[in-house]
Amino acid sequence: MPERVSESHGRRVIVAWIVLSVVATPLVAFVLGPHLPPGNGSAQASEQVFDNTWITAIVTPVVCLLVVFFVYALTQFRHRGGALVDGPPLRNDSRVQIWWISVTSLVVLFLAGFGTYELLQNGSGGGQGPDPIAIPKGHKIPVQVIAQQWQFTYRYPTYGGVETPELVLPADSYIELHVTSLDAIHSFWAYELGVKADANPGVDNIAYVKTKGPRTFHVRCAELCGLWHGYMFDNGRVVPMAQFTAWIKAQSRAFAPVAKYLPKYADVYYPDPQRRAG
Amino acid sequence: MSVARRLIGFNLLTACVLGVGGWYVGWFAAHGIVGPSIEYFGDVDFNELSIVMGYLCGVLGFLVGLGFLNYPIARLRGYPPSLREKETGGIGRYFGLCTDHKVVGIQYLVGIGLFFFIGGLNAMLIRTELLRPNHQVWPAGTYLTLVGIHGTMMMGMMTSGILGPFGNYLVPILIGARRMAFPRIEALTFWLLMAAGAILETTIFFGGFPTGWTGYQPLGTQANPGMECYYLFFALVGISMTLLGLNMIATIVTMRAPGLTWTRLPIFVWGVLSTAVLMVLAAPVLIATLSMAVLDRTAQTNFFVPAQGGSGFLYENLFWFFGHPEVYILALPGFAIVLEILPVFARKPLWGYRLAVGGLLGVTLLSFFVWQHHLFVSGINGDLRPFYMLSTELISIPTGLTFICGMMTLWRGRIRYSVPMLFCLAWFFNFLIGGLTGVFLSDTPSDTTTHGSFFSMAHFHYTIMGGLVFTFFAGIYYWVPKMTGFQIDERLGKIHFWTMFVFFNSTFFPLFIAGFLGQPRRAVTYANGLHFINVWVSISAFLLGGSMLLFLYNFVKSLVFDRVRAPADPWGSKSIEWQLPSPVPVHNFDRIPVFSGDPYGYGETGPTPVPAGAPAGMD
Amino acid sequence: MRATGLKLIGVIVGLAAAGVLIGLYVAKLTTEAGSAAYTVPVTTRGGHKVVDLRIETVAAVGPQLSPGHPDFVSYLVRDTQGKWLRRTVWRLPADATVHVTIYNFDGASGLRNPLYARPQGVDGNVMTVDGKTMDVLPPDDASHTFAVPAYGLVVPVAPVADDAKNQCDYAPCAMSTAHRTIQFTFHTGKPGHFRWQCFVPCAAGWIDGFGGPMQTIGYMDGFLNVV
Repeated sequence: MPERVSESHGRRVIVAWIVLSVVATPLVAFVLGPHLPPGNGSAQASEQVFDNTWITAIVTPVVCLLVVFFVYALTQFRHRGGALVDGPPLRNDSRVQIWWISVTSLVVLFLAGFGTYELLQNGSGGGQGPDPIAIPKGHKIPVQVIAQQWQFTYRYPTYGGVETPELVLPADSYIELHVTSLDAIHSFWAYELGVKADANPGVDNIAYVKTKGPRTFHVRCAELCGLWHGYMFDNGRVVPMAQFTAWIKAQSRAFAPVAKYLPKYADVYYPDPQRRAG
Repeated sequence: MSVARRLIGFNLLTACVLGVGGWYVGWFAAHGIVGPSIEYFGDVDFNELSIVMGYLCGVLGFLVGLGFLNYPIARLRGYPPSLREKETGGIGRYFGLCTDHKVVGIQYLVGIGLFFFIGGLNAMLIRTELLRPNHQVWPAGTYLTLVGIHGTMMMGMMTSGILGPFGNYLVPILIGARRMAFPRIEALTFWLLMAAGAILETTIFFGGFPTGWTGYQPLGTQANPGMECYYLFFALVGISMTLLGLNMIATIVTMRAPGLTWTRLPIFVWGVLSTAVLMVLAAPVLIATLSMAVLDRTAQTNFFVPAQGGSGFLYENLFWFFGHPEVYILALPGFAIVLEILPVFARKPLWGYRLAVGGLLGVTLLSFFVWQHHLFVSGINGDLRPFYMLSTELISIPTGLTFICGMMTLWRGRIRYSVPMLFCLAWFFNFLIGGLTGVFLSDTPSDTTTHGSFFSMAHFHYTIMGGLVFTFFAGIYYWVPKMTGFQIDERLGKIHFWTMFVFFNSTFFPLFIAGFLGQPRRAVTYANGLHFINVWVSISAFLLGGSMLLFLYNFVKSLVFDRVRAPADPWGSKSIEWQLPSPVPVHNFDRIPVFSGDPYGYGETGPTPVPAGAPAGMD
Repeated sequence: MRATGLKLIGVIVGLAAAGVLIGLYVAKLTTEAGSAAYTVPVTTRGGHKVVDLRIETVAAVGPQLSPGHPDFVSYLVRDTQGKWLRRTVWRLPADATVHVTIYNFDGASGLRNPLYARPQGVDGNVMTVDGKTMDVLPPDDASHTFAVPAYGLVVPVAPVADDAKNQCDYAPCAMSTAHRTIQFTFHTGKPGHFRWQCFVPCAAGWIDGFGGPMQTIGYMDGFLNVV
């Protein structure tokens, strides 16, 4: 008798779970998914949205199971007043154990594999260090991001090493970002482009991003770097290629007086830390 | 004994006096070594070495004042080894060195509770700043100090949050022993933690510290002298953790009563043991790392100064090698308490005992192999990113075992919704959200956006506060009647639970959205579009603080004013501590019990696990 | 009943003590390293708001103006009576022209990033140093900068020579002591709070020159409150 009672409870939970999952998962995957952050500002950002959609869709049945289970268990198995009565001495059920371990392992391994596949395409906008393994093919424009307390400056090695405090990138191009720092650890986070790479002093952190159409994007520092960390942000722009080359020329002219003082372009810089004695 | 007579002697008052004296001794000694004309860092008259030496000598004075050197000196003088005569009663025991593990447990509960509230106050101040996007309630530097104190205080204190109060109080009782393996060390871990907490708060007198609880170099090297307080706090906490873990392992391994095999051990003890292993292995790395950072600031070494050949990256790795096991030190006791309390209120045995133990041990083992997921975008070797994604995803498997064991324990039970049970049930809800958002963070592509944002911050608040702190309160409501012999008001407890649960979720769930929308952590300003979310979160946070005050009110009212006697076993539990009177007598048991089973025999006929008549005070 | 009364008194005393401690804590935090705002006087010329901002930078602020940190480098602002105030939060009008004069009494430290040696975000992208127009300063000569990143404004501050005679010890510095005069003009736009900072690692005694006064509002950091 207890066996059948248990089975009928179990059947009800599983049926409710399947129904709820079948309804919720497509809603999450197709209605919520395309609106997930960080948006479609670059190829990498779109990949992340795709990734997030998959994860959310896989997580949805898990949530449904636990919601159904707890709502069912906490209402059906209440102690209904009166003297304290013990429940049945169920200590184990190898079927449940095997199912649970198998399914969780499969889900986890799938997510890890899927994530690895996505990651190895082009690094998904994250900083890969000085020796990246996920390198996209094709022509890449190098842009160096120099983080210092408390502003980002940007250098364009293939355009004469000109350095500017404003980030402008050409549209529909692959950019190879080299992020480094002159003092503390910062983090270059271009939200709409789906790029984040820590700026570590003495480290050349490479991240790849393929820009899409013209837009503005927000750059923030994402690693606590001192007093003005919260104010270390600016706005970057993605503009058509012709506009970009014009802009670079204008910047080279504007900063021509200081060009002779800039250090030669290098992957990392070690500015003299203490210039003042005593 | 007259009051004056009580005040003189080795106690907290003497300790504070000697602590302050020690500060001056250390300060002036260092000044003598270094000389005020030689500046290391800071103002000409400011000497980092003096601050460090001052605090170290102050802590030493504090410990001497409590009487920790009495026994070693006595032994050096040739007196035979003996345990201190335990005073059998009186409130004075709680204000000094007491080797009774039950007193230490209660000291921990009050001490950690005090610093928890101080950390919580700092959180309220942080949220006050974030009410408006670009308005300075506190100067920007002060905001960073608040963030730092809040995080550091909570992390340092709550690592011992379960093992300290409940581990120390219950583990000897649960294993049928009269004491811990090293009672003096047990007391030392408590007082070190208290000294550490006081040191951290004094950072406001030295300009605070700007690094947050992670203390990243090289930012730390350029910080004000208040940074030393952070280093010393965490170093002392690390020492306390290591010793606490050591004590737990030694006690559980060697002092179990006859018949208490590993398969009959209460799951709470297994949780304490796993946590203790993590503490012993991870905390020393922290102590070493922080020592290097202090040397960088005082002795001008260059471990973490890149321009002189050091590496800030090294600090990140060393810190997180400790930091990741640290968060499992916070999470595992929560698992253990939930699995311990659920059988009592579902009136069913713990389902899948071996699976649950396997889950605890699996988490312990795997937690050492995942730390670089904090560094996914930091510029680590590209090959490592998929590896750490895999290992981090894998750790959700043993974590899931706790879920299935808890869920199947509830299955077909007879569930009573007492306050401890409510907190344990809330754990499932909170840790589910925390764990699943952890899946997002462990997925390296997704982590590109969520790392260092409020998403990550909401994730760890769900797992640590929703996981550990909720079970901390479950433990309080469950075990305080045993510790004190008085009941806590159930109705007020339920109001506290529901307000805490609702406002906790309303505070932290929107922060996932804020983080996903691009709000970075520890930033004193944010985009105007996120104003509404931040106002909602701040107000919820204030209300959450209010629910904590409600708890305090309940606690004080029940234990100080109402003082309703609790029966020996108010919850109907079969665990051995409930077969003893409340509060537990000084010597725990008249005769050491002999165990014949685990404490989860609900619904089963057969002999009770512990023979009646063995514990003290019965018939 | 008497016992309850005593306990109640005990609880009330405890609560009061906690309240006092919390109050002291919050008070300490609010007075921790900030700066009161200084409203710069506005004149109107031809319907347009014009502000004349005179500030100085000193090597050591001195015990009179900063008893807690007498050796911090600092910016100071001059009020209408000619007195120097150690306040770095300045209230400026929106949509105005701001003429800035910096009197620098400090020696060179050198820029970490030479890019900031070029004046940016100011009229003509030039500054006037002791009457001479300059569009770049040798980076190693920079003593401080005045920079408002939100405006794209950076101006390097020319140094007092290391071997100059009659150098100022502590603020407030008399005009008779060695100094350089740097002038430039910029424009404010919409209202808001805009932080300003120095980019030269000029904090003597900190390992990379960026600690201490470089991270303390009231010394080398502040706000432009544009209203």
